[in-house]
Amino acid sequence: MNYEEIIKKHQLKPKYFANGLKSFVCGGMVAIVGQLLLELYIKLGIGEDEAGSLMITTVILVASLLTAFGVYDKLGQFAKAGLAVPVTGFANSMTASALEYKKEGMLLGIANNLFKLAGAVIVYGVVSAYILGIIRYLFMGG
Amino acid sequence: MKIGNNSLKFNGVYIKDSSTAVGPLESAGPLKDYFDYRFPDLYCNADSWEKAEINLVKTCIDDLIKKTNLSDTEIDFIVGGDLNNQDAVTNYAVRDYNIPLLGVYSACATSAEAMIVASSLVDSANAKNIIVTSSSHNATAERQYRNPTEYGGARPDSATFTVTGAGTCLITNQKSDIKIESATIGRVLDAKQKDANDMGSAMAPAASQTIKVHLEDLGRSAEYYDLILTGDLSSVGKPILIDILKEQEIDIEHNHNDCGLLIYDRKKQNVFAGGSGAGCSSAVTFGYIMSMLRENKLKKVLLVATGALMNPIMIFQKESIPAIAHAVSLEKI
Amino acid sequence: MIYFNAFIVCGTICLIGQLLIDRFKLTPLHITSSFVVAGAVLDMFDIYDKLIEYAGAGAMLPITSFGHSLLHGALEEAENSGILGIGMGMFDLTASGITSAIIFSFIIALVFKAKG
Repeated sequence: MNYEEIIKKHQLKPKYFANGLKSFVCGGMVAIVGQLLLELYIKLGIGEDEAGSLMITTVILVASLLTAFGVYDKLGQFAKAGLAVPVTGFANSMTASALEYKKEGMLLGIANNLFKLAGAVIVYGVVSAYILGIIRYLFMGG
Repeated sequence: MKIGNNSLKFNGVYIKDSSTAVGPLESAGPLKDYFDYRFPDLYCNADSWEKAEINLVKTCIDDLIKKTNLSDTEIDFIVGGDLNNQDAVTNYAVRDYNIPLLGVYSACATSAEAMIVASSLVDSANAKNIIVTSSSHNATAERQYRNPTEYGGARPDSATFTVTGAGTCLITNQKSDIKIESATIGRVLDAKQKDANDMGSAMAPAASQTIKVHLEDLGRSAEYYDLILTGDLSSVGKPILIDILKEQEIDIEHNHNDCGLLIYDRKKQNVFAGGSGAGCSSAVTFGYIMSMLRENKLKKVLLVATGALMNPIMIFQKESIPAIAHAVSLEKI
Repeated sequence: MIYFNAFIVCGTICLIGQLLIDRFKLTPLHITSSFVVAGAVLDMFDIYDKLIEYAGAGAMLPITSFGHSLLHGALEEAENSGILGIGMGMFDLTASGITSAIIFSFIIALVFKAKG
């Protein structure tokens, strides 16, 4: 029996517009917060490069704390890619994994699982940067 | 006794009593008054998610033993399962009782599978009293099948929400007002659905197959039953099931419902397409449906518990999700 | 002005991610992993630096900037140490992000409990 046709008829169509709008606006707001922090740090006399690092670190801290308070998952469900794509998503994936495996202890639980979700991002980043770096160094003069 | 292709007809198999325990979301849902124990917190007075689920199961079994006034030696076996790897929760919950255990698993169809095994043992006079248990917990399911519970990645609207709950009942050869009169054992059906966030689509074909086979094997039409109750097809799977059966000239549009749609109020509670889990069908059946049968609001119910036999590793290997549905027919006498 | 640019750039990157998730039934993990690669590619052609100048935090916050930083650090070190510098400098610019994520996550896991 051909189930595929009937299943296709009833499958939920994603709410492209609503999801897209939420992601766009929430992602934009995260950027605004980041920019405010960046300018604040520069005003406090921190050098430009360091201010950038500190801003990212601050955003990571906020995302991790929101995860700790049990609030981030609800925000993420609403904001969709708006929170998953910025570094907030990265921070949450690590903190959530760490929190989840707490009961299995510091080593086998927390430490062992910290990179469970974030590992792929780092691996893909390093592998692609390495290949591209070598190509650029050898063929484009560095 | 085997009847037809895949079904069994039982003689003298009854449900004496039941006990159910649920978590916070279910305690606030539309069926809240039909559960025996309502835990206000996901940790259920325990230290970890797994221990919380163990607590749910033990609370029910303790309560059931008290209600039925039977001793350890008078209960022949426990048959049950849960969603955790190796049926861990059931194994650990039962270790404090001196009763032999048969652990079973068919994902969210576990409750029906356990009932079928238990009923067969009682029907064949190999046992007099058997405890059936089936449980699930939202957090243990999330961390095992999907992501850490505090993870912020959004789930789509077609996803289902694992019920935190345990349902137990005592199946016996002693006459009572609720009879288990027949059952149909499902065949694994792979409808080639690969989306782990849409179990309803994966399971509806299996449910339709089991319902069709059951009605054929027992020579009944869909109207024989006041209620054909699927386990957790959710709002996505329900219309698919109705359509598939309509194409085969079986109309269940007016007497179908789904445990996953009954246990939550989807408008007020954030549960996506509905509830799911091994505890979903058991808590709803042994809590709500049994009350409805006792109060004569329902007389003949066909429980069709549906299981998506999903394994994360196979999903990563780009396999599809096979499903199974087991049916148990309950009658008020 | 830069606030407007930041909003638009970060919002757009997130929007693209969400459209990919919805259209192709992908997960946030697929999106973040491919965006990291995209960030490295954009840096390969010196585009990402200009994006950061244009949009500030709006280009620094999406995970694309992680890919950009990896490649950027690698190439900077390669200027000093030759081709070995690619490996040596890879984590230079991303070290603080990864380190803080590890530290915060670890401490939080010791102190807090998951709430489901």
